[in-house]
Amino acid sequence: MDKRGHTDGEIRAAQDCASPSRRSFLVGGAVVVSSSFLLAGCGGSESMRAPVAPRFFENDERNFVRAAIDRLIPKDALGAGAVEAGVDDFIDAQLAGPFGQAAGIYMRGPFRLGATEQGYQLPFTPAQVYRLAIQRVNEYCRKQFGNAFAQLKPDQQDTILHALEDGKIDLGEIPSANFFNLLWGNTKEGFLADPVYGGNRDFAGWKLIGYPGPRYNYTDDIERYGKPYDAPFVSLGGASPVMCRLSDSPTGRFHGPGCEYAQLPAKVHYDALSNKDGSRKWPAGNL
Amino acid sequence: MNAKLLIAGALALASAGVAVAAVQVYAPTRARQPWATVQQGKYLARAGDCESCHTAEGGKPYAGGRPVPTPFGIVYSVNITPDPDTGIGAWSEEDFYRAMHDGIDQQGKRLYPAFPYPWYTHMTHGDVDAIKAYLDTVKPVRQVDRKPKLGWPFSMRSMLAVWDKLYLDAKRFQPDPARSAQWNRGKYLVDGAGHCGACHSAKNMLGHADTSHPMQGGMAEHVFAPNLGAGERDGLSGWTRDDIVQYLATGSNRYATAAGPMAEVVQASTQYLKQRDLAAMATYLKSLEGPKPETPDTPNKDTLRAGAALYVDDCAGCHMNNGAGIANAFPPLRASSAVQAAKPDLLIAVILQGARSPATSAKPTGLMMPAFDNKLDDAEVATLTTYIRNAWGNRGGDVSKGDVAKLRNTLASAPR
Amino acid sequence: MAKKLPEVDVVLVGFGWTASVIAQELTEAGANVLALERGSWRDTVPDFSVTHIQDELRYAVRKEIFEQTRRQTLTFRDKPDQTALPMRELGSFLPASGVGGAGVHWNGQNWRFLPTDFLLRTHNEQRYGKKAIPDDMTIQDWGISYEQLEPYYDKWEYLCGISGKAGNIGGKIQPGGNPFEGARRREYPLPPLKRSAATVLFDKAAREVGLHPFPAPAANTSKPYLNPLGVQMGQCTYCGYCEWFGCANYSKASPQSTILPVLLKKDNFSFRTHSSVVRILTDSNGKRATGVVYVDQNGREYIQPAQMVVLCAFAHHNVHLLLVSKIGVPYDPQTGTGVVGRNYAYQVSSSVNVTCKERLNPFMGAGALGQVADDFNGDNFDHTGKGFLGGGYIALWNTGGRPILQEYLPKGTPKWGAGWKKALHEDYLYSTHMQCHGGVMSYRDNYLDLDPTYKDAYGNPLLRLTFDFHHNENAMSKFLTDRATEIAKAIPNRGINSKPRKGDYSIVPYQTTHNTGGAAMGTDPRTSFVNPFLQSWDVPNLWVMGSTVFPQNAGYNPTGTVGALAFWAADAMKRYIKNPQPLVQT
Repeated sequence: MDKRGHTDGEIRAAQDCASPSRRSFLVGGAVVVSSSFLLAGCGGSESMRAPVAPRFFENDERNFVRAAIDRLIPKDALGAGAVEAGVDDFIDAQLAGPFGQAAGIYMRGPFRLGATEQGYQLPFTPAQVYRLAIQRVNEYCRKQFGNAFAQLKPDQQDTILHALEDGKIDLGEIPSANFFNLLWGNTKEGFLADPVYGGNRDFAGWKLIGYPGPRYNYTDDIERYGKPYDAPFVSLGGASPVMCRLSDSPTGRFHGPGCEYAQLPAKVHYDALSNKDGSRKWPAGNL
Repeated sequence: MNAKLLIAGALALASAGVAVAAVQVYAPTRARQPWATVQQGKYLARAGDCESCHTAEGGKPYAGGRPVPTPFGIVYSVNITPDPDTGIGAWSEEDFYRAMHDGIDQQGKRLYPAFPYPWYTHMTHGDVDAIKAYLDTVKPVRQVDRKPKLGWPFSMRSMLAVWDKLYLDAKRFQPDPARSAQWNRGKYLVDGAGHCGACHSAKNMLGHADTSHPMQGGMAEHVFAPNLGAGERDGLSGWTRDDIVQYLATGSNRYATAAGPMAEVVQASTQYLKQRDLAAMATYLKSLEGPKPETPDTPNKDTLRAGAALYVDDCAGCHMNNGAGIANAFPPLRASSAVQAAKPDLLIAVILQGARSPATSAKPTGLMMPAFDNKLDDAEVATLTTYIRNAWGNRGGDVSKGDVAKLRNTLASAPR
Repeated sequence: MAKKLPEVDVVLVGFGWTASVIAQELTEAGANVLALERGSWRDTVPDFSVTHIQDELRYAVRKEIFEQTRRQTLTFRDKPDQTALPMRELGSFLPASGVGGAGVHWNGQNWRFLPTDFLLRTHNEQRYGKKAIPDDMTIQDWGISYEQLEPYYDKWEYLCGISGKAGNIGGKIQPGGNPFEGARRREYPLPPLKRSAATVLFDKAAREVGLHPFPAPAANTSKPYLNPLGVQMGQCTYCGYCEWFGCANYSKASPQSTILPVLLKKDNFSFRTHSSVVRILTDSNGKRATGVVYVDQNGREYIQPAQMVVLCAFAHHNVHLLLVSKIGVPYDPQTGTGVVGRNYAYQVSSSVNVTCKERLNPFMGAGALGQVADDFNGDNFDHTGKGFLGGGYIALWNTGGRPILQEYLPKGTPKWGAGWKKALHEDYLYSTHMQCHGGVMSYRDNYLDLDPTYKDAYGNPLLRLTFDFHHNENAMSKFLTDRATEIAKAIPNRGINSKPRKGDYSIVPYQTTHNTGGAAMGTDPRTSFVNPFLQSWDVPNLWVMGSTVFPQNAGYNPTGTVGALAFWAADAMKRYIKNPQPLVQT
């Protein structure tokens, strides 16, 4: 029996499959309405990657991202690459959520470019960076090679990626190295973050490196020098995690079926003796 | 102070347009008792854990309104502050004694035995009077009692006359001359103010406790209060008297930490009892027989393997790989009578809802365990509890997915 | 219209480590204490629960556990002639928000400064001559000695349950400890943590090159611990999620795990969350603080009067408050006059990655699980001819092996692609790193003031940080990195990556959150904002806690000294409460 009790999970997923959900995003001032069926886990067994419909990316953007991450972390003899690991789902969900919207970032002006040592100074959120940069990279690719990035040959794609990394492609307001670092950073994150976020599918990233997952007790193991630690892979969502849906709220809290593990645990119900803010509820006493 | 003058004065000020803070008009109907009596009453009120039930969550002390679940529905505790209209301020000593001893209030109405008068009935008249003397000094609160939510026919108080006739053995405690003074004191406290059997004794369908097999385990709200009699595996045979005293006085000992409703009992009641009273209670408990030991079935090997994996992932961070816990911080699960209790409800409830060690003056930390109700589904909790009940030499019965589902539901719909 | 609230005896700005210590001490003395915390209430359960808190993406990468720059940040420039720009993304340092402050998310690396650190100017002048200290290096003595602070270091260590091995008890060097440390009265309260494979390798190699390694003092309990307040702590289980995460099993010292269970039960203590203090109020003379103004999460303003005001916020924020409240004389780098904002310092760090031949299982770790060589810290070695003063420690820290951020790969590893994948596959389980953790001196042109352009969420100008490393730090850091590389070479390895510090100070990569200075302590009001008791010279009922009062930074993590100073100041405050006046006459 897997984490969600496989039969129960299938029934629930089927119900999800049947209900559409609409999301709207405010990106760079334009309202983008995207209707999507959230097919998380619908009908897919572990070995078959069930498609997760986009939350942020338009089709051509998604194709770009899939092609790029396929070069950044390719599938090879060592195992799955970023695409198989679901990293495009990860990035898509991240950009649709508070990270993509730069929810916690100081975004007051005036905006001026400074020294490298002064860090990021552009007025663009990560979501905006992706949207603008992908468009312009594709334009560049069409000019250079006659096709959008996703249609190029792998070695051509590598050339483009290196050029982006080295700041050699003009993307307008966005230095190409900025975009590359963001893309690479998110790719690495998606490959190695906990699977509840949609990437690192089937623990692809952790299997590559040998990280068993977030357990909390190595007292008996830490002095077994040089010995492998043999335990099954585990995630915050258990041994067979599924991706959950990110909320749009600024706190980035998760919601929806399959997200319970990512929420804060329920309040202890027996601590009737102090309030959540720490103020006392002690019996006041008399005399 | 002349109450009438006070009221007149307040009204005058109010009519003069001056904002007057609400004036507590407190008109005791009798002279206050001597301070020593009041103190004795305060002590006994703590022993009886009166404030816990008679205070709603977030409510004023002793003003009532806390929902008490019973097999028949919900009963709300009443206002026992000395407010003359909505509390018991107008009650005489005899009125109060009749309530405690016979379960009948000042108006002659029968009280639901959710109020444990079948236990308080054992208390001496003097002790009951002292409690009343103490309650007279509590801050009066004007709060109307909530009506119970009971289905028919239990909503009919006349049914209680039948119940009392069947089950109420209204007599004061008679010491057993063959036993020591300490044993008798212990029994007086356990069966009287302590009303331990109200939870720890098995109760029949009508809520009457089995006094012929006292304290061999029973339901406490929604969880199982374990056997306090003898029992190697699921009783107190392995506990010394000192272990029992330490548990009641501080909230934990080397074997267990109070959780669930018992944590509240320790925090609000037993931590305040004198060492010699706790020792007396321990003496009495150690004399009790336990239920006939049963050998539970050996659970399925696959279940145990799966449970062991869940344990490492979710529990070992505090309870350690060998189930020994961390001394004074996280209780052991190995060789635990609470874990191996006849019913797994307490264990399931703690896993679902988390727990908080009582914060007593001896052990103020109040370490907590998180809730796992949103992390583990019913099947996983069943697998995990089956494992815990059978690991490291433990033996306990299987836990089924249905057991968990039922309790999860009950806890979720429990009134607050 | 700001609502005025009933007065309290003592109001604390912030509710982190120093506020918890001060509150506990002063409530014991009978004072009525209120703490105002801008963040939210947090506790072990549910906020740091097991199976929840070990979320690298959420807490460490997306930085959810820290103060978000959207609410509060600062502007930064390396040099005074640049235009400072906002730190929009967290990077170099990570201020906290929420009850417990950085005490929740620190690693637990806990140190005492050296006796010579407290007499930095006097000592260096005596040993190396006045000329050895450059003109623009504005280091100064602290105004107290290590010996005066020793009992308070001890009190702090026993509060936290520090796991360690003493190196010098009463003047006698103890085997297994730090032979360079100042004399202490007694052992640590707990023995050292277990050693990981990496720390064992470092220990052997460091000895081979002639150094004196020892287990790092750790605020991660090696055994269950009952502290002097009667608060029970758990035992560290080496989960590897220490820094930037809360502790799930009560084994990392934090206000929640050491003080709050006792403090929160007191009638004479209260606190409010979501209360951002935006101004300190003084009377018309400016000589007496009358309270603070704070804003709640709905934007409503309140005036909280108090008899005493204690700044217990993060180092930056204490200085920021002083500046926006116009208390004290702001530092002017041109003239070198003024004290508020003066002598800001930091930490200079570099590292050496080692890919060992032996499997390390780096994900088993603890925040202060480390082996350290202190031979090159402070003035523990002869600086003659070296061209720099001061130093730092070299440590093999085994804090964890979190997949996204904790990779310590060899030199030449490709940045991405199949080559990167291969390196990670082959090296993750075998790689570790050494940190060179150096002190930073104070300089004339490293300081804090208010930014002329950018504002925070409350309409206050942002704090402006002007800071760069100077020749001294760069030379010293290179020296440490070279020594660390020598140690690395003595470890059986298949690759080393020596990463010395290069270029100007950058606010982008994380380094440490050891920001110090801006309201220095000292004996001279011309060069210090607080006296040796941490009481303001100008406003005697205003006190400043934290690393804000360091006149420069030593080569150790600051929290141990911050904690000791808090206890030291609390004793002074108790005397002040009985007899309210300046404790040091000028």
